[in-house]
Amino acid sequence: MSESFQLDGEDIPYTPGQTVLQAALSAGRYIPHLCYHPEFKPHGSCKVCTVKIASGKSQRTAASCTLPAQPGLEIESDSDEMNELRRTLVQMLFAEGNHFCPSCEKSGNCALQALGSDLGVMTAGFRHFYPDRPVDASHPDILLDFNRCILCELCVRASCEVDEKCVFALSGRGITKHLVVNAASGQLADTDIALIDKAMQVCPVGVILTKRVGFAEPIGERRYDQRPISAQALDDAPRAATGKGRCTSCEE
Amino acid sequence: MPQSKLSPIELERILARHAHDPTRLLQILREIQEDLGWIAPEIIDSLAEHLHLPRARIEGVIGFYSFLHTQPVGQYRLLFSDNITDRMLGNQDLLAYLCNKLWVERGQVSADGLVSVDATSCTGLCDQGPALLANGWAIPRLTRERLDQIAELVLSKLPVPQWPRELFAIDDNIRRADILLANTPQPGAALRAAMQRGDGLAALEEIKQSNLRGRGGAGFTTGLKWEACRNATAEPRYVVCNADEGEPGTFKDRVLLSSQADLLFEGMTICAYAIDARHGFLYLRGEYRYLLEPLNAVLERRRAANLLGADILGRTGFDFDIEIHVGAGAYVCGEESALIESLEGNRGIPRNRPPYPVTHGYLQKPTTVNNVETFCAAALVALNGGAWYRAIGTAKSAGTKILSVSGDCARPGIYEYPFGVTVRQVLEDCGAENTLAVQISGPSGVCIAADEFGRRIAFEDLATAGAFMVFDTSRDMFEVARNFAHFFAHESCGFCTPCRVGTAMLKATMDKIAAGHGTQYDLREIDKLNRILHQSAHCGLGHTACNPTLDTLKRFRPTYERRLKSLDFEPAFDLDGALAEARRMTGRDDAGAHLSTEGKS
Amino acid sequence: MPAPEQKKIRIATTSLAGCFGCHMSLLDIDERLFALLEQVEFDRSPLTDIKHCGPCDIGLVEGGICNAENVHVLREFRNNCKILVAVGACAVTGGLPAQRNHLSLADCLQEVYVTEISLHNGMIPNDPELPLPLDKVHPLHEVVKVDYFIPGCPPSADTLWKFLTDLLTGRTPKLGADLIRYD
Repeated sequence: MSESFQLDGEDIPYTPGQTVLQAALSAGRYIPHLCYHPEFKPHGSCKVCTVKIASGKSQRTAASCTLPAQPGLEIESDSDEMNELRRTLVQMLFAEGNHFCPSCEKSGNCALQALGSDLGVMTAGFRHFYPDRPVDASHPDILLDFNRCILCELCVRASCEVDEKCVFALSGRGITKHLVVNAASGQLADTDIALIDKAMQVCPVGVILTKRVGFAEPIGERRYDQRPISAQALDDAPRAATGKGRCTSCEE
Repeated sequence: MPQSKLSPIELERILARHAHDPTRLLQILREIQEDLGWIAPEIIDSLAEHLHLPRARIEGVIGFYSFLHTQPVGQYRLLFSDNITDRMLGNQDLLAYLCNKLWVERGQVSADGLVSVDATSCTGLCDQGPALLANGWAIPRLTRERLDQIAELVLSKLPVPQWPRELFAIDDNIRRADILLANTPQPGAALRAAMQRGDGLAALEEIKQSNLRGRGGAGFTTGLKWEACRNATAEPRYVVCNADEGEPGTFKDRVLLSSQADLLFEGMTICAYAIDARHGFLYLRGEYRYLLEPLNAVLERRRAANLLGADILGRTGFDFDIEIHVGAGAYVCGEESALIESLEGNRGIPRNRPPYPVTHGYLQKPTTVNNVETFCAAALVALNGGAWYRAIGTAKSAGTKILSVSGDCARPGIYEYPFGVTVRQVLEDCGAENTLAVQISGPSGVCIAADEFGRRIAFEDLATAGAFMVFDTSRDMFEVARNFAHFFAHESCGFCTPCRVGTAMLKATMDKIAAGHGTQYDLREIDKLNRILHQSAHCGLGHTACNPTLDTLKRFRPTYERRLKSLDFEPAFDLDGALAEARRMTGRDDAGAHLSTEGKS
Repeated sequence: MPAPEQKKIRIATTSLAGCFGCHMSLLDIDERLFALLEQVEFDRSPLTDIKHCGPCDIGLVEGGICNAENVHVLREFRNNCKILVAVGACAVTGGLPAQRNHLSLADCLQEVYVTEISLHNGMIPNDPELPLPLDKVHPLHEVVKVDYFIPGCPPSADTLWKFLTDLLTGRTPKLGADLIRYD
């Protein structure tokens, strides 16, 4: 742990192989993020963890979850400019899907919602897309509500790398990109998903839900009701990686 | 009913051709699509079983590429190229004309399942447009007469391969040739020169000497790229030629592929010699499908001449061969790491970098990816020496650049100049008059106005991948930018939030302005989207997606402003139109059943 | 040291495609209402029963835009209020009413008035007194420019109080993470 870089003027030690986000979280410094999960390889798709990098005279921006930590990096994260960028990215996600928090059983446990309130997002601001995304209620125990999907691919990754089932995949591209399930019928009931799967646990929003337990935990007593996501994320950070990528067809 | 089955023998033949290799998924799908016209659910099931891939993964790959379909799209699929240059040549009218003629609605399959007509991104025939693809085969120079002929052929149900050859005749239109286009060295001459000069290291040294820089647009020094790849410790190494020429308005690689294929393959072979690679790929964009057989014939000829294969030109252990992969309609695959993903049979999503392809490329092995023109130039460097090459062009931009000139000019086509030529010179040579603007390097490049025509084509001034689209004073630059905004939204891979959502928002905002609902608020919104995309998009597509809008706003602001309402804010939709359905359902048409759109109640 | 004759801040409030829950939350500031009323007076509002909005300093609008009348009222507010505030989930996102947006309006009307048993004996009402529904429900900012947004279903009394006191004391309203809730 001899090497370090600067994050908002503070020394952050790191072990080689860590990315800036990983090192920051290990050191107890929070950089807002969404598609990153401590148990999986950084994905770099949501771009919420974008930071500014000064090196010499030039400045550039990059997603900190995939940016390798290097000695001498000067990272700016908790600035008005970067937080404004993150607010806008969260707003884009809210405008893209159908996120009706008052009627969502994930409310209070939702990372998108928690990130929004922590960053001070008051509105989606943009014109809402209101896409038509039918739910899949075919499975006896599991509901898929695609309206809330933010395309972070955590379920895709968990199902392939940990569960070795590849129940989920992405299709389409651009704004039509969407989640598909591994069945000719297109129905979750015809896949081999199980309640104990890792894929059941990783959805940061309210897409993959266990039926009949939605309100077992009362609103107001949930994960992000207790502590803001910026504090919660630091608690989660030291967890060791378990995603081994053993499913050969899924390996990168 | 559309055919949904291949005979087991047919399917096995395709799978065997690709050794049942799941990394060949895209090639397998493309061949099935070509045979059946779509990829039926039963086929996906068989592929999942034979390739040991999750079915959803296969579906995801099909869903990514514009030319692959999980639904029948008709026995004939006619796709009009929809670059702005095609539009300027009247493709919209022609598309409507053909739809009328065939009794189909755009984007819909005819009731009898015979035909569908739609648009596609630029097909690289801008100098001989408007163009279309008939079941993937390119047809240039569309006129009503030619469409009448095509409609008759469709209605007579004659298979596309049996249509008259002259329909598919594509011209090279080489208007100005310099070192690359004027010389056709004997096949093997450059390779022999490299081998006579010394080992691979000597070949690499010569490339470094030449100062050759990548012709795909970014201009990375070729010698350094090759060196980094050669120095990467992992084995094997790969040579990949990026012939996914998708940038609207660019078609110079098409001409190099049709007229200088030997030079290209020779350049790739020299690269293999320099970096010690045994396998090469040419990634050919799907729109250039018609070049596949001619290119394969060149490869065969070279194998027969011992210019490819084992112990090339008698040098023991110098083994190298090239295989052609064909794309399936995805502009983003022109980005080198997305191209590699596509080569591996995946959705073409640009990778996180580092690591870079030179160390972790195809199958995570060291890979050199260069543009068609770069490899051709590398062959000339090997033939004539680095010093010779370096003396051509400018201090920072060695050699020549091939421009694809299209739009408002008397002589559209291919122009090769030493670097440093002014825009004005090119305009003069191509016979452009009353020029308002030139879009350099396509939508992801830069749009310049008349006061900048003294600028030079060179990495230090106007860097370009080759597109040179000319717009005269009769053109509306807002519509040019709007066409490009649609292009980026269509081609965004959707991986990252800012590009997936931002390009769709930019498109919607440009459409809002076009529909007369724009205000100053929307111009501020465009600025904001641009900032977000620049700061946080995953790859160049997102970074540059707002450029055409911003460039034209900066240089041709009145074309935007005359469309804007004077109000500070105006809804993006027609409020009165939003009541139309309720009026229809209730039969009402009284004053209360309408809303003004002027912001006053 | 406010002088007794100091001009009071004039506030208008309305509920469009909403449930009046946000208004209930406003009343829920309880005894603080008295402190508020020393500084403000109400124009158009369900609290005053004034039917049209005059020139105001602040307009608080609850609910989204689902019909022609909503558009007229919203425009009246925008034209008369210096500061327009979208209050609550429906005003900010379209909320519950916007969950019909993936259905066609024709299907909705058909289902409600024709397929299901209704008071109109299988007819879709066509009385000119009734405002026509828009094909989609919209949040306020898609129809007019909105200055501030307060999310929540409803925003809590504390949230509204904090927002209003900030605004009344001339500060840019700023809610902490504990007061920003979307549910």
